[in-house]
Amino acid sequence: MEVTTAAGGAFGYLWLLIGFPLAGAAILLFGGKRTNRWGHYVGTLAVVASAVYAVILLLALMGRSPEERTVVQHIAEWIFINKFSASIALQLDQLSIVFVLLITIVGGLIHVYSIGYMKDDPDRRRFFGFLNLFVAAMLLLVLADNYLLLYAGWEGVGLASFLLIGFWQHKNSAAAAAKKAFVMNRIGDIGLSLGIMLIFVTFGSVTFSTVFDQAGEAGDTTMTWIGLLLLLAACGKSAQFPLQAWLLDAMEGPTPVSALIHAATMVTAGVYLIVRSGPIFDQTIVASTVVVIIGTITMFLGAFIGSAKDEIKKALAGSTMSQIGYMILAAGLGPVGYVFAIFHLVTHGVFKANLFLGAGSVMHGMKNRENMRRYGALRAAMIVTWLSFMAATFAIMGIPPFSGFWSKDDIIHAAFEHNIIIGICAVLAAGFTGFYMTRMLVMTFFGKARWEDDQHPHESPPVMTIPLIILGIGSIFTGMALLFWGNIETWLEPVTGFETRELAIPAIVLEGVTLAVVLIGAAIAITMYRRSVAVEAPKGNVLVRAARNSMYDDAINDTIAVRPTYWLSRSLVWADRSVIDGIVGGSAAFVGGLSGRMRRLQSGFARSYALAMLGGAILVVVVMLLVRLP
Amino acid sequence: MSPSAYVVLAAILFTLGSVGVLVRRNAIVMFMSVEMMLNACNLAFVAFARMNGNLDGQVVAFFVMVVAAAEVVVGLAIIVTIFRTRRSASVDEPNLLKY
Repeated sequence: MEVTTAAGGAFGYLWLLIGFPLAGAAILLFGGKRTNRWGHYVGTLAVVASAVYAVILLLALMGRSPEERTVVQHIAEWIFINKFSASIALQLDQLSIVFVLLITIVGGLIHVYSIGYMKDDPDRRRFFGFLNLFVAAMLLLVLADNYLLLYAGWEGVGLASFLLIGFWQHKNSAAAAAKKAFVMNRIGDIGLSLGIMLIFVTFGSVTFSTVFDQAGEAGDTTMTWIGLLLLLAACGKSAQFPLQAWLLDAMEGPTPVSALIHAATMVTAGVYLIVRSGPIFDQTIVASTVVVIIGTITMFLGAFIGSAKDEIKKALAGSTMSQIGYMILAAGLGPVGYVFAIFHLVTHGVFKANLFLGAGSVMHGMKNRENMRRYGALRAAMIVTWLSFMAATFAIMGIPPFSGFWSKDDIIHAAFEHNIIIGICAVLAAGFTGFYMTRMLVMTFFGKARWEDDQHPHESPPVMTIPLIILGIGSIFTGMALLFWGNIETWLEPVTGFETRELAIPAIVLEGVTLAVVLIGAAIAITMYRRSVAVEAPKGNVLVRAARNSMYDDAINDTIAVRPTYWLSRSLVWADRSVIDGIVGGSAAFVGGLSGRMRRLQSGFARSYALAMLGGAILVVVVMLLVRLP
Repeated sequence: MSPSAYVVLAAILFTLGSVGVLVRRNAIVMFMSVEMMLNACNLAFVAFARMNGNLDGQVVAFFVMVVAAAEVVVGLAIIVTIFRTRRSASVDEPNLLKY
């Protein structure tokens, strides 16, 4: 059992982690044009300050014994009604510190990169303000000690994501993509809010520690529902099937946004939610099985889409979906997989940020054109970008000893331990990864130059290449560092639990098979794209066309959600106009018509009034007699 | 003669009076019919007072006479005014106050 300790010493200022970027966002967004000249430095400094403090916190945590590594800092009472209480309290433990480090360090590098990438954008200050806002919200999400505060951070990152996808809102496509992301995330958010309500009703609390302590006491059905609702939330935020359609469009945002939000951090919030709620998912086989299935489906879906897209960022987005599918799959495996989900999440955060920033660097040198069919032979023009992109590509493919090898291999192991079919799926998806990443690498950096005539590719300035170099080194060493030096398994064990089971197949054989499958995928890509790439995309067979259209997700959503909703709202309008307004207007007309007739009784003839009086008097007498009769 | 005969007479007079109010057009005749109804009531009051052996009914009869006198004053004034403007005492003609 963990011991929760009050904040003290280095932990006394946990709120500063969120405070720095929040203050940065406030200065930049409220400071107006005055901050235009130096705003980006403030924004970057805020995140770097958080990163430095996070490293200090990590060292302080490492100084404590494993049982005492959960630190809770109570900041303020937030909502306190009768039995219900939610406070603004931050909880730092082994799991959150991993996220905090990922967010602040990768985020810091992306901020530095953005200084160069957004140099010529008139709204660079606003961009940094939004980025800081995002970092603050994301840190709130991972540091919250209860579900309600997590929800606040969850919505905060959703807002920042919306603002940043639509950052170039003068482009219709960007504005539409932002709206699409926001609306699809709302669907997931419904899951989260209902899940939190159900958690409160079941356990009488929304605080993590209280809920998890009682997790075993609730009924199976309740736990299944909570699990499924939280999974819906995770699907929305992490672009998992069936809510995946927004992620590809989200690539309309500036590339650093895609790197930070839609690859490294925000989209992994769903994985965080599931791992954090591990004690809930451990109670329900149904929900965790669904988690595994969703993860597996998305793993293939993303890989499939990533293999066919010609825009470099969209291909990477498909790959992100696929890799998060891996993490969700691992998270669904229970304590066997939680650690590996987080492990892969961290290594993926590093190498995928690297890939996106590399893609951004390529686009920077290619007049912001994304079509890989018009790239080719860029390795000579952009040596640093090429080398770091290569490192990240090897990392995501899982070539030893690059970082992805260690984390993905662990997931494949855990999947095999769980179920042989899931394991085979994971290996096959690794083969897909090999294919689409090699395809991307070959189409961009190798082969013949297929540039348009006005292109003069050039390497990016140092402010962009230095983060690339650091991330490139990270892509090589993060896996080994976390596994051998950081002992991530034992580090996370007190929070997530950890168990290993013996596997029938020796680990080395499995690794060999996986590597062989990856290399086969890579070899196919090389043979297909090494010699020549058509400048215009060939028509392709049914599968290629489907993947190129993101498996027709928009059409499917249109058919099953958008059209019925339109239809429903139109019928509601009709019902409102004819039935509701009909009843209201009809009764008014009825009363009006009736009184029009009734007033004819006021004929002005005194004698008819007299007759009415007489009739009334007789009636009164008759009634009186009748009533008195018995 | 039993007191019930007076009550029957009162009922006949009242009926005659009300029929007069309803069927005659001339305001003066209607007015007289109203007087007849009032006096029918008076007769009934007095008859019941006699039958029950207390004076309440007779006292009320006096009240009715007073009210009838006051009503005649106001009513005749109205009729005279209408007659002056319209040269007629018909109650059907002044029907401007209607829907």
